Amino acid sequence: MSTRKILNNTKIDIILNRLVCQLIEKHLDFKNTILIGLQPRGVFLLDRLILILEKKYKILNLNYGKLDTTFFRDDFRRSNKPLKANSSIINVSIEGKSIVFIDDVLYTGRSIRAALTAIETYGRPVNIELLVLIDRRFSRHLPIQPDYVGMKVDALQNDIVKVNWKQNDNEDSIYLLKKINE
Amino acid sequence: MNDKKLSINNLLGIKYLNLADVDLIFETADYFKEVINRSIKKVPVLRDLTIANLFFENSTRTKLSFELAQKRLSSEIINFSSAQSSLKKGESLIDTVNNILAMKVDIIVIRHPDPGAAMFLSKNVNSCIINAGDGTHEHPTQALLDAYSLKEKLGNLEGKKIVIVGDILHSRVALSNIFLLKMLGADVKLCGPKTLMPYYAESLGVSLEMDLSKAIKWCDAANMLRVQNERMDQSYFPSIHEYTSLYGLGLPLLKTLNKEIVVLHPGPINRGVEITSELADSKQAIILDQVQNGVAIRMAVIYLLASKLIIP
Repeated sequence: MSTRKILNNTKIDIILNRLVCQLIEKHLDFKNTILIGLQPRGVFLLDRLILILEKKYKILNLNYGKLDTTFFRDDFRRSNKPLKANSSIINVSIEGKSIVFIDDVLYTGRSIRAALTAIETYGRPVNIELLVLIDRRFSRHLPIQPDYVGMKVDALQNDIVKVNWKQNDNEDSIYLLKKINE
Repeated sequence: MNDKKLSINNLLGIKYLNLADVDLIFETADYFKEVINRSIKKVPVLRDLTIANLFFENSTRTKLSFELAQKRLSSEIINFSSAQSSLKKGESLIDTVNNILAMKVDIIVIRHPDPGAAMFLSKNVNSCIINAGDGTHEHPTQALLDAYSLKEKLGNLEGKKIVIVGDILHSRVALSNIFLLKMLGADVKLCGPKTLMPYYAESLGVSLEMDLSKAIKWCDAANMLRVQNERMDQSYFPSIHEYTSLYGLGLPLLKTLNKEIVVLHPGPINRGVEITSELADSKQAIILDQVQNGVAIRMAVIYLLASKLIIP
């Protein structure tokens, strides 16, 4: 496995600030917006975006939540690896609100498909957008595209894009792990 | 965290589970409890599975609870009741179940009046079996939902004092509860007339107390069992009135305590016999919490067992 760092701490910080500005441009005071971090790893990105929105741009009273899609996935019973559920916490009504799904890596699009079904169980939002830190373009299984993208990455099917967060992995970094000798 | 799976392929009784299994079931039930409180209470995860509910004995709560759990997981369901079946024409249990399985059923939920019926089926048919009560033997999902409800109220059950009161002899709920509560580290006491206490009670690692007021003063929670008249082939106590005066629980006794205990009842309740109406409807009784948790626990059990049925 060869490892290449594709984003370091500084570049991630610049990207997060840009994504926050793009969100503000569209959602202004976020009164009718709910930011939803997709479990498990989208939640780390959500936390960071909230931190910048609150500290730097003084946008308080944000509505946000966490959504787990385990029971809505289409790969249940398709592998020996069990599907481990996480908690979903959405304490505000999503009826008539704008939702922004937040995830670290967009790959096949199947997790987002599951999230689109899962969010319906909470009500009918007026629209849903997708924000991702990394878009693994050319890898999609479904017609799903992000509205906000941190960085586009070209990676082969067996490659792994690993996102580390300082609050969880001690550093902000993104690595591309490539299998060699294949 | 991600490699968690149940150690079992069938849920035949609590005694076949380990602590990691119970923790996984409780943790998964937490997620399903959140699901069933959403505006749409259904997830599509089991949409490609068919589950047969075979009830060879009457049931209201358990049957509805299993059925609701299955519907909320989006599985197909067929219900079978022995009263309208070919069993009356002499068909054996194995033949009946194999015929149902030939219709491409993936999971069997069985309630049967004979102890060991679920185990017997699991050894003789090729399917995932969930025991919904086998005679006076075990009722594992009831024990799981009781312990889950208790944990919600009391926190970790390690060292907690639980008394099970009433007809222990005929109660599968009692046996499964004893196995599970002991596994979770609780201190378990049985209370009831000697005639309704199994001779092997003390070998289960529990203590006995014939005096209800002493048992109630000792405990953090009391599980009040129903007198199972339908399983009694002889008279075990002189009269219902006498049973109630000695082993019926009401608010007056609880008011003498300097603490608030949790009161459970697996249902159906005989109001005014083992528990007064006043207590059953009070805040101390968590009977309806048990019913709600029952759906989440059964969803968790079915989901976790189904995850082991890998599509080739």
